[in-house]
Amino acid sequence: MARLRTAEHRSQISVLLVLFVIIALFMIGSPKTFLSSDIYAAFMSTIPFSMIMALSLTLIVISGEMDLSFPSIMGFCGYVFTHVFHATGSFPLALLSCILVGLGAGFLNGLLIVKLRLPSLVLTIGTQFFWYGVTQVLSGGLGKTLVPTKASTLYYLFVGRIGGRFPAQILWAILIGFIIWLVLNRHRFGAHIYFTGDNPASARVMGVNVDRVKMIVFTQMGGFAAFAGVLASLEVLYFWPTLGQGYLLKTIAAVFLGGTPVEGGVGTVFGTFIGAIIIGILEAGIIAMGMTGFWTQLVYGLIIVVSIAIHSALRRRT
Amino acid sequence: MVNIWKSFGHVEVLRGVNFHVGYNEIVGLLGDNGAGKSTLIKILTGVHHPDRGEIYWKGEKLIGYSVARARDLGIETVFQERALSEQHTIWRNIFMGREITTSWGFIDVKKEREETERIMRQYMGFTSAALSVDSMVGTMSGGEKQGVAIARALHFQADLIILDEPTTGLSLSETQKVLGFVEEIKKNGKSAIFITHNIYHVYPVADRIVILDRGSIVGEFEKTAISLEKLVEKLYLVARTGRLENNSQEVSVPKDQEKSERDLQSFMP
Repeated sequence: MARLRTAEHRSQISVLLVLFVIIALFMIGSPKTFLSSDIYAAFMSTIPFSMIMALSLTLIVISGEMDLSFPSIMGFCGYVFTHVFHATGSFPLALLSCILVGLGAGFLNGLLIVKLRLPSLVLTIGTQFFWYGVTQVLSGGLGKTLVPTKASTLYYLFVGRIGGRFPAQILWAILIGFIIWLVLNRHRFGAHIYFTGDNPASARVMGVNVDRVKMIVFTQMGGFAAFAGVLASLEVLYFWPTLGQGYLLKTIAAVFLGGTPVEGGVGTVFGTFIGAIIIGILEAGIIAMGMTGFWTQLVYGLIIVVSIAIHSALRRRT
Repeated sequence: MVNIWKSFGHVEVLRGVNFHVGYNEIVGLLGDNGAGKSTLIKILTGVHHPDRGEIYWKGEKLIGYSVARARDLGIETVFQERALSEQHTIWRNIFMGREITTSWGFIDVKKEREETERIMRQYMGFTSAALSVDSMVGTMSGGEKQGVAIARALHFQADLIILDEPTTGLSLSETQKVLGFVEEIKKNGKSAIFITHNIYHVYPVADRIVILDRGSIVGEFEKTAISLEKLVEKLYLVARTGRLENNSQEVSVPKDQEKSERDLQSFMP
């Protein structure tokens, strides 16, 4: 394996250290909770949803763009899944149509950004409202049960408990993380994502199809948002029309915490993976330590600002 | 390139330019800002299309010329902004857009790094331990960056390498490095166009000097036929009169040495 580039190496180690420090603090502050395995099983069931989206979003951020619409695409795709499932009774068909709709919504983002030269930050604010609106209109603001999905073996494949305890969704998140890592670091397309984010002009001159790269990264984001939507809905066996709301800032924070800078061009899958864990354990940890829920936002803010400052300082040293 | 004309709006940027580069020849293309150098190069690399005129490559007339076609033919430009990805390693940059892949498009990292090591030794003469294939391009000096871009072009068998102001903004020692890389092009049997407004940079490495002024070629010299001093004198004349020969009585070569030096600044960075 090629040696890791030093700046990225350091930033990955620093984010890992932040995670260890936080877990250590939680173990000291609330040994009863954090020295038992129950809390970790709970984390493994809740973290994967935003982790999968954060891993996918990392590709967009590295390519120098931003997506704010994935929570709404997640919600809309959850609606599609639920609707198709109730209409046909077929889990695979519902899953397929949901993923396709997600890919389509992501592709639409990419297409508009590339062809109309729209800034992704602005455009995806628009599509974010749009897909949320579509979900509200079509569902009439009403949720729907997904209990019948338990009849399908796919349900257990996605959110079952292996050995009655270990949540299957964390394995999906790890698998997706590995695939994204492989593409980013070992595949020609991954190299093109990095070049696109670092210097699109030179990438173009050297024959990288910058527009195609951007379309693909937005498309895959839509697909993974759809998949996360299915997992999150199956986990609670209910489709909420507000599905996805609340994921936006936590997912973006996981990417930045992981050391991928907003300017793009660099970034790591491993960093995002750890970043998503940190974001995922903070809230439970703060409450378990006996602080009120009011503290969570404050601590989120502190950790995010400190981590980003560390990453920025590490990058400047090279 | 034969009888190339190009205007943008009402401005005639190129007026019947005939320009050629021979096999294994380094041509210095000199001209002041706005002389039409970059337009000429953009036509040669397929970015712009000429209003009139023809382009030939190895004796063959080119029809439907484009950027992709130019690359396929082996014309590669080393741009002012160097076309490098600064936050990435040398080996990633060398193979940017032309990755060595195994099946399914996966990059053969081992092979790319080995090749890069060979390329650095062969074309850039790197013996220093300070730079490795894993060095980030952003940490390198300006001259070294030009070296990476030139080595990349040589590795991919570019027959004609266009160097767009490769020495502008570089220190003296960095400029020397770049000139070394240009000599490497010649040694490898390839051709190059060295675009600059600094005669002192291009004279030592060029075989032929072409002077472009206000959209026309006003002078062309084999290096063997003219000394640097004579050339500087001619350039000065072009800058003042737009012509090469001092055949008009009204214009005389100025005696005022100070003023002449000041005017010469336009040919220097």
